[in-house]
Amino acid sequence: MDEELKRAIILDNYSNPMNKREVNDDSYLKANTNNESCIDNLDIYVKIEDDKIVDICFNGEACAISTSSTSIMIKNLIGKTISEAKEYVNIFEHMVNEEPYDEEKLNDAVVYEDIYKQKNRVKCAFLPYAGIKKIIDNL
Amino acid sequence: MNRNDFPMLNQDIIYFDNGATTFKPKVVIDSMVDYYSKHSANAHRGDYHISMIVDDKYENTRELVKNFINANSTKEIIFTSGTTDGINMVANGFFKYILNPGDEIILSKADHASNILPWQALANELNLVIKYVDLDDHNYVTVDNIKKVLSPRTKVISLAIITNVIGDLRPIKELCDIAHQNNIYVVGDAAQSVGHRKTDVQALDIDFLAFSGHKMYGPTGVGVLYGKEELLERLRPTSLGGGMNETFDDQNNISLKSLPSRLEAGTPNIAGVIGLGEAIKYLNKIDLNKISEYEHNLREYLIDRLIKIDYIDIINIEGDAATVAFNVDGIFAQDVAVYLDKYNICVRAGNHCTKLLKDVINVRNTVRVSLAFYNTTEEIDTFVDLLSDRDKIIREML
Ligand SMILES: Cc1ncc(COP(=O)(O)O)c(C=O)c1O
Repeated sequence: MDEELKRAIILDNYSNPMNKREVNDDSYLKANTNNESCIDNLDIYVKIEDDKIVDICFNGEACAISTSSTSIMIKNLIGKTISEAKEYVNIFEHMVNEEPYDEEKLNDAVVYEDIYKQKNRVKCAFLPYAGIKKIIDNL
Repeated sequence: MNRNDFPMLNQDIIYFDNGATTFKPKVVIDSMVDYYSKHSANAHRGDYHISMIVDDKYENTRELVKNFINANSTKEIIFTSGTTDGINMVANGFFKYILNPGDEIILSKADHASNILPWQALANELNLVIKYVDLDDHNYVTVDNIKKVLSPRTKVISLAIITNVIGDLRPIKELCDIAHQNNIYVVGDAAQSVGHRKTDVQALDIDFLAFSGHKMYGPTGVGVLYGKEELLERLRPTSLGGGMNETFDDQNNISLKSLPSRLEAGTPNIAGVIGLGEAIKYLNKIDLNKISEYEHNLREYLIDRLIKIDYIDIINIEGDAATVAFNVDGIFAQDVAVYLDKYNICVRAGNHCTKLLKDVINVRNTVRVSLAFYNTTEEIDTFVDLLSDRDKIIREML
């Protein structure tokens, strides 16, 4: 993907993130995810019905990479079954770790295809995925 | 000032993270290399020539520290691994044995984790009460606010001399006067102060003071705990082993050495102590008063320039130390730091280990610039120029 387009997608998802709000609804499962550098800190809320992710929201403070990555992840995961979600998370994890991956399935999340070159940013891009894993890995 | 003394400054970087750790002058590094390459032996153990050289150097640092902070005696100078170690020793070796359930400890939310967590753990263990002093409009600790939280149950006030985000110099002398009239002990965290302004423990009349070598141009892994002699006599070692015992037998009869050895169990950080001594000699040569003045001017210069940028929100326009915390409106602190790093400028983003401060300033994360005497107004110009174009930051922060 072209660098300018990547930048535009990241900034758009940073400035207008999908579903950024606090959730006080017991039908959502919640996980906190934070960076060891103790600065990015997000709560992720997931609503699952009949093995399907019907909604995801998030709230908290995080950098442009973490925030945009969360927003893009949410767009990609809503509507997926748990096993599809696990597969998607797995592919994303491969990409940020510079391992072979299937880019078809990632949609806009490919904007982070080069993130492995910025070591300190890998954790940021992966932050929401670490959070969602805490929820879906136990299902 | 004195930039040529610092090998780290030979690279093309602007280092504004001196609150985290400072660079080391060549004389400090050389003294440690000398130890490892010319007289590498244990201290207090050998009866041979190089070991005696080590003893001399090790104890000479103690003398240097004593004079540096104007302690009464070298018995009052205990080498530790750093500020954190020193505060933990005081909490767990002294206060643990004299405090009772319901006793109160006064702390501040602007303080570093290492001056909060040891007390919280002790409070949990002994059912003590921690009271956080209110900060004023500039997030300073004032004598009046301390008076408001004092009670007949107050036994300890533990505060940084200078804090690591707000950078305010606390009125320690006045606090010690009030505290001592009420039989309260005062513990000082001098991590951010000793390398930047003169410390006189006798003038302050402080009971305990802890600091780290690495924030005062010395090595990592070494620090000092100062305590008034009569208090250190009652501080129980939290660590026991070689070097600190007189005798022991198989009936668990232990007799310990006298101060300061009693509180330095095990082989110490000898290279670190030697390096720390060299750092003190170095600072003495430059003169801490000159350093304070220079750093103060740097701070003013930085504030004067930053304040003109309307989308920059400075947390501590007031401040005694050369530390400035700020945010760029709409841009996360870490993104600002990443952007600056692309220009080889080192600043810290985050909560700076003062996780309670957010309750007070309502901002969780900030960008922090902490200056040292080797920083320059030219460096500040480069830095502020890079922040003077918000679109550029957004363009380049990713
Ligand atoms: C005010 C303050 N206290 C304590 C510490 C802890 O020092 P150390 O990590 O060297 O033990 C720091 C270091 O960041 C500090 O800034």
